[in-house]
Amino acid sequence: MGSMIGAAVVRKEDPALLTGRGTYVDDVRLPGTVHMVYVRSYLAHARIVSIDTSEAVATPGVLGVWTNADLPGLPPNRSVPGMERPCLARDKVRFVGEPVAVVVAADRYAAADAAEAVLVEYEELPVMASIAAATADGAVPIIDGLESNVVLEQVLSATDAEAELAAAPHRLSIHLKNQRCAAVPMEPTVCLADWQASGLTLWATTQTPHHSRNELAAMFGLSQQEVRVVAPDVGGGFGAKASFYPEFILTAELSKRLRRPVKFVETRSENMISMVHGRAQEHDVEVGFDDDGTLLALRVRITQDCGGWPDATGIGLPTLTSFMSGGCYKIPVIAPSFRSVVTNTTPVGSYRGAGRPEASFMIERVVDHVAAELGLDPLEVRRRNFVQADEMPFATQFEGIVYDEANFPGALDKLLTVIDYDALRADRAARRDDPSKPLLGIGFSTFVEMGGFGPTPLFEQFGYVGGWESANVRLNSDGSAVIKVGTSPHGQGHQTAFAQIVADELSIPFERISLVHGDTATVQEGIGTMGSRGAPVGGSAVFQAAGKVRAKAMKIAAHMLEADESDLELVDGRFRVKGTPDQGVSMAEVAVRSFKPHLLPDGFDLGLDETAYFEPKNLSYPSGAHCCVVEIDRDTGFVKVARYVAVDDCGTVINPLMATGQIHGGVAQGIAQALLEEVRYGADGQPATGTLVDYTLPSAMDLPRYETDHIVTPTSFNPLGAKGLGESGATAAPQAVVNAVVDALGHLGVRDVEMPCTPQKVWRILQSAGEDRS
Amino acid sequence: MSHHKIRVTVNGATSEDEVEARLLLVHYLRDVRGLTGTHVGCDTSNCGACTVLLNGRTVKSCSVLAVAADGADVLTVEGLAADGEMSPVQQGFQQCHGLQCGYCTPGMVMAATGLLLDNPDPGEDEVREGIEGNLCRCTGYSMIVDSVRWAASHGGAGEVAARHATS
Repeated sequence: MGSMIGAAVVRKEDPALLTGRGTYVDDVRLPGTVHMVYVRSYLAHARIVSIDTSEAVATPGVLGVWTNADLPGLPPNRSVPGMERPCLARDKVRFVGEPVAVVVAADRYAAADAAEAVLVEYEELPVMASIAAATADGAVPIIDGLESNVVLEQVLSATDAEAELAAAPHRLSIHLKNQRCAAVPMEPTVCLADWQASGLTLWATTQTPHHSRNELAAMFGLSQQEVRVVAPDVGGGFGAKASFYPEFILTAELSKRLRRPVKFVETRSENMISMVHGRAQEHDVEVGFDDDGTLLALRVRITQDCGGWPDATGIGLPTLTSFMSGGCYKIPVIAPSFRSVVTNTTPVGSYRGAGRPEASFMIERVVDHVAAELGLDPLEVRRRNFVQADEMPFATQFEGIVYDEANFPGALDKLLTVIDYDALRADRAARRDDPSKPLLGIGFSTFVEMGGFGPTPLFEQFGYVGGWESANVRLNSDGSAVIKVGTSPHGQGHQTAFAQIVADELSIPFERISLVHGDTATVQEGIGTMGSRGAPVGGSAVFQAAGKVRAKAMKIAAHMLEADESDLELVDGRFRVKGTPDQGVSMAEVAVRSFKPHLLPDGFDLGLDETAYFEPKNLSYPSGAHCCVVEIDRDTGFVKVARYVAVDDCGTVINPLMATGQIHGGVAQGIAQALLEEVRYGADGQPATGTLVDYTLPSAMDLPRYETDHIVTPTSFNPLGAKGLGESGATAAPQAVVNAVVDALGHLGVRDVEMPCTPQKVWRILQSAGEDRS
Repeated sequence: MSHHKIRVTVNGATSEDEVEARLLLVHYLRDVRGLTGTHVGCDTSNCGACTVLLNGRTVKSCSVLAVAADGADVLTVEGLAADGEMSPVQQGFQQCHGLQCGYCTPGMVMAATGLLLDNPDPGEDEVREGIEGNLCRCTGYSMIVDSVRWAASHGGAGEVAARHATS
């Protein structure tokens, strides 16, 4: 049997999902289920004067209508102390979409009708729907009891680097915006609560079932064994389903009151204003460098738009941006600081990359700015500043942030073997002189990010019980295996990847291994799936649990063969005596024997059933080098991605097919951020992108074919050597695309184009450049 | 709200049901017929997760009233497999890793099936155009394109869909 780790096997998950037999939360049907629908605020900032529910209550089929006042004692969403968000708005609303009341009815259509009939009288308050408005002189604090809308400020270095910046031969000030994006998992938020005498069960679209259970238990004053959270098939998450939503509490509370299962199914238009948004950072950067492009000092002041309530996960994101602000470069002094600002907009949380794409975009744009300022090739500046392979692990100036094994120059070398840079540059020059052809631009992104979240002390800051992950591996008496894992996949293919790991470790067929996940009643304590931790942390727990099973099975085999363990080997599903391959026992025979106390040594623990908790000693640091080639239509400003080439270093690749899928999907989201997507608000806080008509999610026509490759530098910080890959594409791609767009326009004196680089924006730049020339 | 009696054949099984005039076909399939394989991903007919075949043509079932499907023959993702064997499109998606979270997948599979009924051997650009009305947030589409082209060379839309389209 060949090695399964590294094999491009097709997924175990697929047959069910392809034949309509998946089970997403809305597919769970319980008898007697009733449906909850929100009444949401249509104003961005207003005091609630009165709520008239009389007509709604009288609607046929309605079981009840509740406002904040009707639910005294209902706990708020846990967050930063003093900034806990009530499940339903109390006294005032802070963003369009904030829930004001809930209606429960026998069917969804009736509930929606009744919600329409709830009359809310508001007294409008000044709206601050941007960082600028919320921090302007005289801005009113959005959260009552606070002095301003700046809810958190942190300085992450001992110096502001002013001396080093002042002493540098060159200095640039750069303002960068990482626009607000929406995660848009294809399945919106859905939950179904069933409060029985024995306790509460909540089926929910979550990336973190155990954490959600712990939150619910704490909020309701239940013990954790009384609460069961199930995340069955989950239709994408991208970080936004790592947040805890008010509907989880409300459906539970109303199920308790009504003694019936209560289901909530968000519409897409609700999802666009209710599910946490991501990114939403502005950066004021100062960089000092010398004549040859060596970076001498970097100061970055980050402003994070938190939206209407600080999200428990979202509040920590700029910390991660700060830690990663040096990218893959040796910069003698880095001075990051941030402030988090509350605005009259949807709360901001994690979105694929969560804080690191913002850092990577910043430093990779800075490097290109430096190159442009000095008239150097952007790759020359990168090479001059790279942390070298022989300097790894590399301790950054930030305590505990130590880059693991990587080869930044090696990834770029590999990339350059795939693209013909000289030919591309010649093509770019030729097109500039030929107005009949679209302009061509070449952009690079040599990036490093954080994966494998994360050591427990880091994760505790986000409210989690730990940063480890757990796995249990159990052999049945026929030698087949069941894995129970604390990760909670929603598209990542853990059933397949973790079966590959166990197949190798226990030498049993891949087909005879199954995975249980996403149910706190059956899975031991777990953490969940986010932060590119599935393979490096979850996979390592699976590997270690399987290793324990193997070690115990070896003892049993040795007893059965009357041989010494050290003389045994496990080959092709059989333990055999080295040198005498005919003498052996199969794993299935060992499994049966593990349940026969009378045929085992006295006192031997029965069964082959082992649990492991893997605590990573360090984060992992996936890295790579990406190149984007764009063509820009001179007449329309339309940017077409002509080529996208990705070389990634995620360490050990467990399944190349799925790894490729992760890169494709991440890169797609990165390209979309660069070119298409932006959550926008009017000055009155009204969302301009509240549906999929307005928010331009990319279709198959908008995205290119991707070219992918790897270099493999395993990390030494986990036994698999895997670094994680889920967020790399989204971290790498935006700046590769924007650098290419700016490069295509470089001869016009353009140094920057703000994301998203829409046709209108680029067309205006082309027009004004043309005017300048004439 | 008026109620109407409708008779709809879904995946070969015919049923008579009384429904509200405003009931969407997708909710009829999911809530009345219990076929939860067809998903809802938006409320503006942009995402295509609810795509089914209605009398041999792809439709977004969120944009069709159940009463408008009275007398119609509907094929959903649950009906594609023939004698337990996945259709070529379903197999293609597995072989080429054309799905991750699986939520858009039923609609994508039905859209691809409809495309192959119209054009048995679409090129890359034709596939992209053919599935433009279906959004996927996970894959970045390349592997979906590969999946559809794999299916084109391994039996196309498949016998159940072909039979449905000609009946």
